[in-house]
Amino acid sequence: MGGFPILSVMLLVPLLAGVACLFVEAKAARTIALAATLIDLALGVVLWLNFDIGGPQWQFTERAPLFAGFSYALGIDGIALLLIVLSVFLMPICILASHSIEKRVGEYMAAFLFMEVLMIGVFAAQDLLLFYIFFEAGLIPMYLIIGIWGGQNRIYAAYKFFLYTLLGSVLMLIAMLWMVNEAGTTDIPTLMQYDFPVGAQTWLWLAFFASFAVKMPMWPVHTWLPDAHVQAPTAGSVILAGVLLKMGGYGFIRFSLPMFPEASAQFVWLIWGLSMAAVVITSLIALVQQDMKKLIAYSSVAHMAIVTVGLFAFNVQGLEGAMIVMLSHGLVSGALFLCVGVIYDRLHTREIDRYGGLAINMPKYALFFLLFTMASIGLPGTSGFVGEFLSLAGIYQANTWVTLVCATGIILGAGYMLYLYWRIAFGVQRNADAAAMPDLSLREWLMLGPIAAAVLWMGVYPESFLAPMRQDIAALDARLSRAAPEGDAHLVAGTPRAEAANAVEGTHDAAHGEAEGAH
Amino acid sequence: MDFKASLALIAPEILLSLSALALLLVAAWSRNSSRLVSILAAVALGGAAFLAAPALCAGAMGPDTAAFGGQFAADAFASFSKILIYVAAIGCLMIAPTFFDRNGAMRPEYPVLVLLATLGMGIMVSATDFITLYVGLELNSLAAYVLASFMRTDDRSAEAGLKYFVLGALASGILLYGISLVYGFTGATSFEGARAALAGELSMGALFGLIFVLAGLAFKISAVPFHMWTPDVYEGAPTPVTTFFSTAPKVAAIALTARVALDAFGMQADAWRQIVIFAALASIILGALGAIGQSNLKRLLAYSSINNVGFILIGLAAATVGGVSAMLVYLAIYVAMSLGSFVAVLMLRDAEGRQLEGIADIAGLSRTKPVLALCVAAMMLSLAGIPPLFGFWGKLVVFQAAVEADLAVLAAIGIAASVIGAFYYIKIVKVMYFDEPADVVKGGSDWAHWLILGVTTLFVSPLGYLLTGPLGDLADRAAAALFFVA
Repeated sequence: MGGFPILSVMLLVPLLAGVACLFVEAKAARTIALAATLIDLALGVVLWLNFDIGGPQWQFTERAPLFAGFSYALGIDGIALLLIVLSVFLMPICILASHSIEKRVGEYMAAFLFMEVLMIGVFAAQDLLLFYIFFEAGLIPMYLIIGIWGGQNRIYAAYKFFLYTLLGSVLMLIAMLWMVNEAGTTDIPTLMQYDFPVGAQTWLWLAFFASFAVKMPMWPVHTWLPDAHVQAPTAGSVILAGVLLKMGGYGFIRFSLPMFPEASAQFVWLIWGLSMAAVVITSLIALVQQDMKKLIAYSSVAHMAIVTVGLFAFNVQGLEGAMIVMLSHGLVSGALFLCVGVIYDRLHTREIDRYGGLAINMPKYALFFLLFTMASIGLPGTSGFVGEFLSLAGIYQANTWVTLVCATGIILGAGYMLYLYWRIAFGVQRNADAAAMPDLSLREWLMLGPIAAAVLWMGVYPESFLAPMRQDIAALDARLSRAAPEGDAHLVAGTPRAEAANAVEGTHDAAHGEAEGAH
Repeated sequence: MDFKASLALIAPEILLSLSALALLLVAAWSRNSSRLVSILAAVALGGAAFLAAPALCAGAMGPDTAAFGGQFAADAFASFSKILIYVAAIGCLMIAPTFFDRNGAMRPEYPVLVLLATLGMGIMVSATDFITLYVGLELNSLAAYVLASFMRTDDRSAEAGLKYFVLGALASGILLYGISLVYGFTGATSFEGARAALAGELSMGALFGLIFVLAGLAFKISAVPFHMWTPDVYEGAPTPVTTFFSTAPKVAAIALTARVALDAFGMQADAWRQIVIFAALASIILGALGAIGQSNLKRLLAYSSINNVGFILIGLAAATVGGVSAMLVYLAIYVAMSLGSFVAVLMLRDAEGRQLEGIADIAGLSRTKPVLALCVAAMMLSLAGIPPLFGFWGKLVVFQAAVEADLAVLAAIGIAASVIGAFYYIKIVKVMYFDEPADVVKGGSDWAHWLILGVTTLFVSPLGYLLTGPLGDLADRAAAALFFVA
């Protein structure tokens, strides 16, 4: 790409479109928003195609010193690349899903486009303060999206979302200022190599944890999420689940782990404990929900707990698994919220009992819904399986008991998701109005189809997604190795047998030996 | 130092006092000249800012800036504060005529009083002697008491003036008592002399003097626990006057406090730092908690200004060049935010032209007056310190200074408490954007209001970050001048 500042362009396109949306009427705003997000999607594809796998760690870098020792620095590695691609992939779908928004369309589209700018900015920022600005500024459009276009109890949810996440973030700001003062630079790649004193790491880690744990969200600071999800409009939920939650995981993988490896090891039980609690408790809560969105929101918390155990397994499988779970969950939970939105638009209720037997009158919808339900459970062949398997394989090397508890999440997940699917798609058609709902429209096909394709792609051939980040994960693993906690498995290798177990005396001995050598 | 050089150093003050006297004569001769007097007063303030600017640009400091045997310093620090004060005063002059005209209360004395108050503030920020300090402070205060009760037929305005006077007089008394103690125990009224005498161990009497002086100044900057007058006076005073009170005198009092603390008491930073830290945290927390229950916008903004003073004092607590520079940057941003917010309040009028001040009145403003609502939302989020608005930058530099001065714990508590403040700022946004329109705000506004609101909104918008370079540079120069010790 030479000197073409593609990341800046990706920020600029939605920014300008967002400003334009403020000044035009509804129909034009929808077109502008869709066009801008599609342009960004195209740019995202270009970004991915031009990303040099195995090349330098930081690519597409741009740097312009601004003021007071703080600069406009952008650049991505494989991890950031995939999260940016996820964001730009979900955005046009969100715009399509916002068809039912009738009031103040221009402002709505503008809020979403500003949101896109900030999301890309968070993943692309290479300057600590620039990252913070993007990270924190996301509160404003999201506050407006929930508060203006949300459901019944939207004001409470908007306040809770705003204040919870703000409180988490401000402590991180102080930690960042301390780090800048100590290391003398705001450059994230440099800071990732900087060794902070071990005593200070504890405090810094806790300050960052306060922010990322709320964003993630980890149990017990997850309570803003069900409220925000339930009250937000469909597209808001998709963005919230699909991308905003990933900022917490991205924060851990970009800041907490590489910058404070010793402190991360020190607090590993805190993370594991909270994650285990989250998996079991929120899964059980999800099981008894009557509201579809709330159920999926609680399932998000459980899935994010799998991400955190994977991250804090301190090995390559765990980290790769955590990343794949994040990407997969971004697609799957986004798609599930869209599925809820599809029937919510028809019946205007999220209550599970109002539906039933939708497989009869909406077979195509039921098929998509089934696919995403299975992906959420982690059925082999879907993206969920790859991520959860790798994460659990990673944590198994670190601690078998944690694995045991977290693996129950898969069973419980199957429980609540299948129960949800059963109540909605199968059984008798309890209500005449639900039975009369038409099947998917073309617009809805366009929303769900691409996500379904991506979910299957990631499930069948995850290498496409693992390849760009392999090198970055390996670098992170190397940095973490000095602090990684010892596994509890204590594997003892037995004495190898003289010959293979299936060897038959006297025959093919020589040939077998050759085959072994060829491996 | 010869007399002529001294006079050259106080050129802005001379210009202001002569213009005030001349305009007072104009006012006495013709009662209908208020618009002319306002314009001339604004020109005089602009001229004074122009005269003060070279000292700032050159980063003037040291003995060359001391006038009248060290009673007065026209250094870069004073110059920075003065320019800020003059600009704020010009803004307050611009917004006043339409407001008072509507009530039939505009008289040419208003700009003259503003000029005199501004003159007093200029003397305050330049004072390097306790006597000069007191003269400047009283000149400012006396003009301010009259301004607070400027709408003499309005009960609330008269009440505000009286309250301000009684409590202000009490504060002056406390301050004066502190000054007398400091003089008694150090034998000097000049900051330089006091500084030299206070080196080494602090005697009990001098400590009391220091505490009384700081308590008196805390009244003037409305820091907790001496903040009680602020909401009442801000609510009662006519809105243009409230705008004035929340900007210019605050800059002057804070700059004065910084100079007293770092110059006169500079050798005893440990003694006053705990007072400042307490006042800072108490102001942040009480300013935020007090605002939550308010239903009047002016009272709410009064608490918000108490809250902001807390953040500024964190910069002072650092007691470093970086800390003072951060304070000045914060002050500049604060003046813009405060000016913008009060002007927005001033623009809320119902169909009959009455002023609206209740939070309920702005319900759904985003649909009836979208541009105004957008500006107010920007102000509120900026006051809350949410990036990418410029208010975030002020908080950032202040906390950065605190962290650099090893006050990370103070910074952490302060910033955590700022979340409480965010609650009521976003409440305003909520009322304007989420609630159903109350649809009582009617009527167009004066171009001067729109101009000031537009400029301040642009300033607090992300575009403000373009100014961080020059602003930080000037603030650094000003801060360096304050720390120059011969």
